[in-house]
Amino acid sequence: MSVLVFTENWDGKFKKLSFELVSYASKVAEMLNTQTVALSIGDVQENELKKLSNYGADKVVAVNNDQLKVLDNQAYASVIAQVSEKEEAKVLVIAHNNMGKALAPRLSVKLKAGLGSAVTKLPTSIEPFIIYKKVFSGKAFSNVVLKSDVKILTMAQNSFELIENAKDASIEQFDAQIGEIKTQVKDEQKQTGQLLLTDAEIVVSGGRGMKSPDNWAPIEELAGLLNGATACSRPVSDEGWRPHEEHTGQTGKIIAPNLYFAVGISGAIQHLAGVSGSKYIVAINNDKDAPIFEAADYGIVGDALKVLPEFIDAVKEAKAK
Amino acid sequence: MKILVCLSNVPDTTTKAKFVDDNTAFDTTGVQWIINPWDELALTRAIQLKQDAANSIDNITVITVGGKDAEPTIRKALAIGADDAVRIDAEPKDAYFVAAQIAEYVKNNPHDIIFAGIESSDYNGSAGGGMLAEFLEFPSVSAVSAVNLENGELTITRDIDGGHDQVVSELPVVTIVQKGIAKEPMIAAMRGIMMARKKPLNVVQPVDVEALTEFVEFELPQPKPPCKMVEPENVKELVDMLQNEAKVL
Repeated sequence: MSVLVFTENWDGKFKKLSFELVSYASKVAEMLNTQTVALSIGDVQENELKKLSNYGADKVVAVNNDQLKVLDNQAYASVIAQVSEKEEAKVLVIAHNNMGKALAPRLSVKLKAGLGSAVTKLPTSIEPFIIYKKVFSGKAFSNVVLKSDVKILTMAQNSFELIENAKDASIEQFDAQIGEIKTQVKDEQKQTGQLLLTDAEIVVSGGRGMKSPDNWAPIEELAGLLNGATACSRPVSDEGWRPHEEHTGQTGKIIAPNLYFAVGISGAIQHLAGVSGSKYIVAINNDKDAPIFEAADYGIVGDALKVLPEFIDAVKEAKAK
Repeated sequence: MKILVCLSNVPDTTTKAKFVDDNTAFDTTGVQWIINPWDELALTRAIQLKQDAANSIDNITVITVGGKDAEPTIRKALAIGADDAVRIDAEPKDAYFVAAQIAEYVKNNPHDIIFAGIESSDYNGSAGGGMLAEFLEFPSVSAVSAVNLENGELTITRDIDGGHDQVVSELPVVTIVQKGIAKEPMIAAMRGIMMARKKPLNVVQPVDVEALTEFVEFELPQPKPPCKMVEPENVKELVDMLQNEAKVL
């Protein structure tokens, strides 16, 4: 028996999310009194694989195959299922990100495993197996019973602490069976080295209150100053002021940074659905009755274009100390 | 070529969440029902593909699993431009149950391109499309922000971390779509609404499938403490609070 955690890599490297997943999985394994097995697919060096054991992996299974260089959902799901069966996994832990959302549902059917998606906490009970998740885009929460023998959990990013728990894990190469690959990647456009919005601990987001795409310099400056990422509200991306990748909200990206700046964003319920997982929200808006102030922890009523540069100066001054 | 668009019937996104029966069921009183926003974008893109004469798309079917109360939402999809509709007559118990029902339909009624929204705005499972693909053993491409059809070849733009890639898939395929797939949802015109009444809406009996999950209890978020307001001339005070009180700067 085991808890199997799938850890995606980015050009051969793991990141904080990978270690959050292993930390989470090893806590679930503790609840089930079993071991944690981490699975890596792709070309990852042994010293990198070893890092997974710092967060509680008892064993690392590595699958490296040229046919798995790019993501084919069917092939990846099949490999994970093979390892899951070999390791007799009772629970699979996967990230609730692009790749995880593509694979977990396929695995649910393949393994006839109940899927609990976007969990932010450990299961509230093991027998019966109950998970706690957001529903109605954050307007409510629910306890969900997973009734199947095998269970799959996708974990929301930035929702679980890193827990160091060094183990002396063995690394095992696994030769997976790869079936026919039915998708091909023809082209790829990717910026490397850029901080991803979903990874950022601080996000600075602008709304229509910024008045024009020409006014975005302070948003970018503040994000740069705080090693954060930039985001925007839906009207801003719909107008083409900013790329749609930056749209945070119900139909855009769902993020959970430590600190979220909503600048010139009124805070429609659909926007809040995408950012309500933030630990702290700062709102700057000229309308004191804007709903964003009900969701925010700190607020300033004022003209964003005037307040933001002053705030940036104050941050610079504080940082210089 | 035939397109199938999977629809969820969901509460309007501005609906306040309320629960009944000791917080075990969603309170549907006074709720306006809509096509799940991502499904509506998928339908829009499907219609655009069909309208482009260069593509030989014969038919767009919309499908949903739900009771008779889901029919106004399905009619809306017909009014927007789907050619016919299927309602599998069962309460949608969970994503696994729903995907199994739709898979059974597709096995008997082949389609080339199947669209599913990446998430439904009610139970936020992000599961239906991928499950459907696995039941059918079809390829799936997820996080799709564009699809283009040229000479029968489907090119799918998929969001990946830090950018996107272009995927060419064998057909049939399940494309799981998100924002970007269409700019804005298409709106039904009066003529479409009139025509929708005459378009076929076939009611299909469900197959016997067990749900794997059950939502047993709901709760509303804890009320949060009121926002601490800072005067615009005191930005330094805000920096100080973020550094020393919240400890996030």
